[in-house]
Amino acid sequence: MVLALLELMGLARHWIGYAFLLVTVALYAGIGIMCRTSDPVEYYVAGRRVPAVFNGMATAADWMSVASFIGVAGTLYLTGYNGLAYILGWTGGYVLVALFLAPYLRKFGRYTIPDFLGARFGGNWPRMLGVLCAVLCSFTYLVAQIYGVGIITTRMTGISFELGIFIALGGVLVCSFLGGMRAVTWTQVGQYIILLIAYLVPVVWLAVKQTGEPVPQVAASSVLQQVTERERELSVDAGELSVRALWQLRSEMMQARVSGLPETHETEAQKLRLQLLRARANDAPMSEVRNLERELTAYPKSIEVARMVWSKARDDYAVRATAPQPHATPFASRAFETTDAVRNNFLAIVLCLMMGTAGLPHILMRSFTTPSVDAARKSVFWSLLFILLLYLMAPALAILVKFEIYSDLVGTRFADLPSWVHAWSAVDRSLLNILDLNQDGIVQLAEIQMGADVVVLAGPEIGGLPYVVSGLVAAGALAAALSTADGLLLTLSSALSHDTLFRVMSPKMGAGRRVLLSKILLLIVAFAAAWAATRTPADILFLVGAAFSFAAATFFPVLVMGIFWKGANKWGACCGMLAGLGITFIYMVQAQPWLRHWVLGVSTSEPIKLWWDIQPIAAGVFGAPVAFAVIVLVSLMTRRPNLVTDALVDDLRRPD
Amino acid sequence: MRTAPAYPRTRYWRHNLLFIGGLLCVWCLVTFIPAYFALELSQYFIFGWPFSFGMAAFGAPLIFLLIVGLYAWRMASLDKSARRNAKEDD
Repeated sequence: MVLALLELMGLARHWIGYAFLLVTVALYAGIGIMCRTSDPVEYYVAGRRVPAVFNGMATAADWMSVASFIGVAGTLYLTGYNGLAYILGWTGGYVLVALFLAPYLRKFGRYTIPDFLGARFGGNWPRMLGVLCAVLCSFTYLVAQIYGVGIITTRMTGISFELGIFIALGGVLVCSFLGGMRAVTWTQVGQYIILLIAYLVPVVWLAVKQTGEPVPQVAASSVLQQVTERERELSVDAGELSVRALWQLRSEMMQARVSGLPETHETEAQKLRLQLLRARANDAPMSEVRNLERELTAYPKSIEVARMVWSKARDDYAVRATAPQPHATPFASRAFETTDAVRNNFLAIVLCLMMGTAGLPHILMRSFTTPSVDAARKSVFWSLLFILLLYLMAPALAILVKFEIYSDLVGTRFADLPSWVHAWSAVDRSLLNILDLNQDGIVQLAEIQMGADVVVLAGPEIGGLPYVVSGLVAAGALAAALSTADGLLLTLSSALSHDTLFRVMSPKMGAGRRVLLSKILLLIVAFAAAWAATRTPADILFLVGAAFSFAAATFFPVLVMGIFWKGANKWGACCGMLAGLGITFIYMVQAQPWLRHWVLGVSTSEPIKLWWDIQPIAAGVFGAPVAFAVIVLVSLMTRRPNLVTDALVDDLRRPD
Repeated sequence: MRTAPAYPRTRYWRHNLLFIGGLLCVWCLVTFIPAYFALELSQYFIFGWPFSFGMAAFGAPLIFLLIVGLYAWRMASLDKSARRNAKEDD
């Protein structure tokens, strides 16, 4: 409210950003200081007395990362029905958590997932492999979160990426460092409330504005028909057709360049230099000279790079030369894939995300914090409910924003573009880029290039809300990233300190020292992740997908078999985890061009071979079945587990 | 170690497994059938949404919630009766 008034008084945009950043981070740090503790039960599992409803809320915040908050609606905007794979996968996974894992893990009742593996399968091998997998999944995921934090803070306030990361990390660290799980749990409850409000305000506003109907899903269903109608018009519109023809031309030009390599690498550079000289000599407009200069500095340095850049440009232009796909039609693709390929991918991603959800250690750890088995089951219900409150809005938001773009932005004159277009294209060209390709002075749909993140981040401005709401949305996105980062940090540090140093290396350590050690490791892990994030990882979506794939191929099979099959033994579990991990990694390496380049040194422009057209992001669908099979085979071939293990499994299955 | 009567315990576990199996079938059906036949089902409508879109966006997630809720509350009552049984046996 205060901020809204200040905005009316003319407060600059980035000051609103600063205010949101500082207030929310200070709030999280404050909760951390209030909940500080050094008792291990409090530190690792919040004293096991978080009521189911609040535990559900905290799990929901833990769960909803930047990818959920910003990415889902954006992906739905860009890919229509195909984007629903994320909604299905990320909600359906909770069914697996509730039916197969949560109650039994709570019944077992210690601190971490590797703890469970160590006790169930006996010996240090399963435990250490568990630590390895937990670190692998959580660290990849953590880097993605911190990277997201950096992006949001830079956009909100204009401070540098690195500084943004470290300020936000400071807030997280005070919280998890001092208070451990207890502080994190209550911070996450607060963060959930902030991120939910931040998501709901713009959606409901758009819904009311467009249809007068406050329920977004109802509003979106009627808007969808108008969007479909508009898509049909736009696919045959004369202006659109001319722009698409120009993209097609550009794509063919790029193809000519690629096939003319290596000679074209030199000739094109010369052409560009000549153009620049001519422009300067003829006193061409400044913007044109500037563009040419920029193009020349960005010119690919080597033939190999040129081949990569130009083939990518060729493919991008070819996609932009196609007509918009109808939003609700399943498996439509602009990238020239067959319907069957898209469908296989859709199903694979759904399955992989479901198993991954049920295998991510920071989510499973949350079942340890409830007071009883019964509460653990109910807590999963509440988590899913709180997650759905947001996820059910995403498809509606995507459609409402699409309608706004199709009906308001398309067809306006370039002279009177709304101010948010300028603001967001100034932030980053890859987020929003509109150029008048056919030079008729009117915006065509094919001339707009939108990044997925814009849909949520700029949603309020697109719908005509004041900038304060955008600040709120950014604060919500920050809350989503920080809460997930909190949970991940705790998982990582407890896997390293509790499972590695305490259980394996020096089991006689006192409780106070254990917590202290855990806190020190937490700091180290946090800075390592921040460092990795500033190294700018290649692809956030892929990182998140990789974390899910690894979780799906390691923890999910081994935990389920450990609980439901008494015959699963130590060697089965170890080999299963290794096999799952191996297959997943191998598939990623051979199907993801940059990863293949990095590991094997094969050029990224070499064609890749996919198994059944499945993208590497869903590599876990191959890893998981292999892991299951290996667990069974190896367990049958080696000695049955002893009676102590039998008794442990029996105890897990007994009513509480 | 207390030797609990074997019979009610295995029955409890079998009941649990049966319940899990049933709910898992529902989960599987709701997720994969509409998605696999999404193209064919798109011509039907549900609450103003094309069936496949509405099912994947709202229907299936809500059914997931129902499954989790059903399991939690059903098992809670099963646990309670198991505890009562155990007390009677003692």
